[in-house]
Amino acid sequence: MTDRGDVRPPTTSFARTVWMVLRKDLTVELRSGEIAYTTLFFAVSCVLIFAFALVREGRAPEGGAAGILWIAILFAGTLALGRAFERERQAETLRALLLAPVPRPALYVGKFLGIVALLVATEVVLLPLVDLLFTARLFAHPFWLAGIVVACTIGLAAVGTLFAAMLVRARSRDMLLPVLLYPIVVPVIIAGVQGTAALLQPAFDPAVVRFWLLLLVTFDVVFVVLALWTFEAVMSD
Amino acid sequence: MPKWFSPTAILCGLMFVVSPVLIARSPDESAMGMVYKIYYYHMPSAWMFLLAPLVCGVSSALFLARGRAEDDRRAWAAAELTVLFGALTLITGPLWARRAWGTWWVWDARLTSSLVGWMIGWAYLILRRYGGPGSDKLAAGVALFGAVNVPFIFISVNYWRTIHPPTTVVPRLPVSMGVPLWFCVTAFLLLFILLMTMRLRLEVARTRLDALYVALDE
Repeated sequence: MTDRGDVRPPTTSFARTVWMVLRKDLTVELRSGEIAYTTLFFAVSCVLIFAFALVREGRAPEGGAAGILWIAILFAGTLALGRAFERERQAETLRALLLAPVPRPALYVGKFLGIVALLVATEVVLLPLVDLLFTARLFAHPFWLAGIVVACTIGLAAVGTLFAAMLVRARSRDMLLPVLLYPIVVPVIIAGVQGTAALLQPAFDPAVVRFWLLLLVTFDVVFVVLALWTFEAVMSD
Repeated sequence: MPKWFSPTAILCGLMFVVSPVLIARSPDESAMGMVYKIYYYHMPSAWMFLLAPLVCGVSSALFLARGRAEDDRRAWAAAELTVLFGALTLITGPLWARRAWGTWWVWDARLTSSLVGWMIGWAYLILRRYGGPGSDKLAAGVALFGAVNVPFIFISVNYWRTIHPPTTVVPRLPVSMGVPLWFCVTAFLLLFILLMTMRLRLEVARTRLDALYVALDE
């Protein structure tokens, strides 16, 4: 350590960085509750508006519950993604994170898991609400439902986290996030809606649900790999 | 403009003038009759619609890896061609579908993924126009997702039940239908190359002009 040129900052392992970023986000959220409460309230409002508009004499349109569930999650997720990174921008903490001697993809994974946790928490409230308001019997096959919900949430969060991070420094980022996010996650949402709708069929066919679940897993793998590579390249400045 | 540009442009123009004659002289399809002939323009524009996002995605990946401006310019030009050829595909397709299937549009895998690809092209252009400084790298990220969608569009007809013809139709065409089809594919490919060249030249000129303005201010 005699030569100053040999001094290197201590590096942190990938898993430890992921955990530190995730813990930071969860701690901030547990203390303030800002994103969790606003996202949840927005998602519940969405579902209620659809229920007011579509449920007639206690009956919802056939297949409507699955679509409404995922529209509410997508809209609420967009709100959460925008706010999660707006907070980092205002406090200049994203710059601090990017300057830290840690692997960049680990920062992405930490933020991504935080968004997944937030969306799953929202879904835990939304699913019974949709089940109740649309008499949808969502919980008839709980394991399949959990698989579809988690896989679809991962796909949504993988792309959403990347674009929300990329847009932090962009002009009119609030408008651009849905413009970029929605066309890319449409296949994930379609698979999520179709998989959930297959669960609600009176004649339940596991092969159909398995097909949509496999498609979702394929999308998840492609999107996460692509996002990991893109995050490193895009956030290099 | 490069030396080959003018002769290629004349050749491409002549091919587009001759193509309606070849299409008119090709036989009608047994089940669909005359309406089948939209296919001679629909399929080549659809192929260019698949080629453009691939060029855009590969150029964007190179731009992210090497940071060279020419890769970014190529990606931008290809994104504009994605929107152009996407529009041609999505106009000619429903014209055919109305007569062949009795409906303008069905939400099957091929049509939906094509629409998604077209929307990603638009998202790229909107980001370039309104994203402000740094939007080049952000748009490159979008382009990668657009390129990933291309294989999905291509194979979708073979894996999903759909009324759209599968990819196996083209190799099985008789010569009387295959010749006008490949003639049109060549014409569209030349048009793609010409438009790409013109768009790249425009962007190079714009960059030079900006540099001159900066030099003048200093």
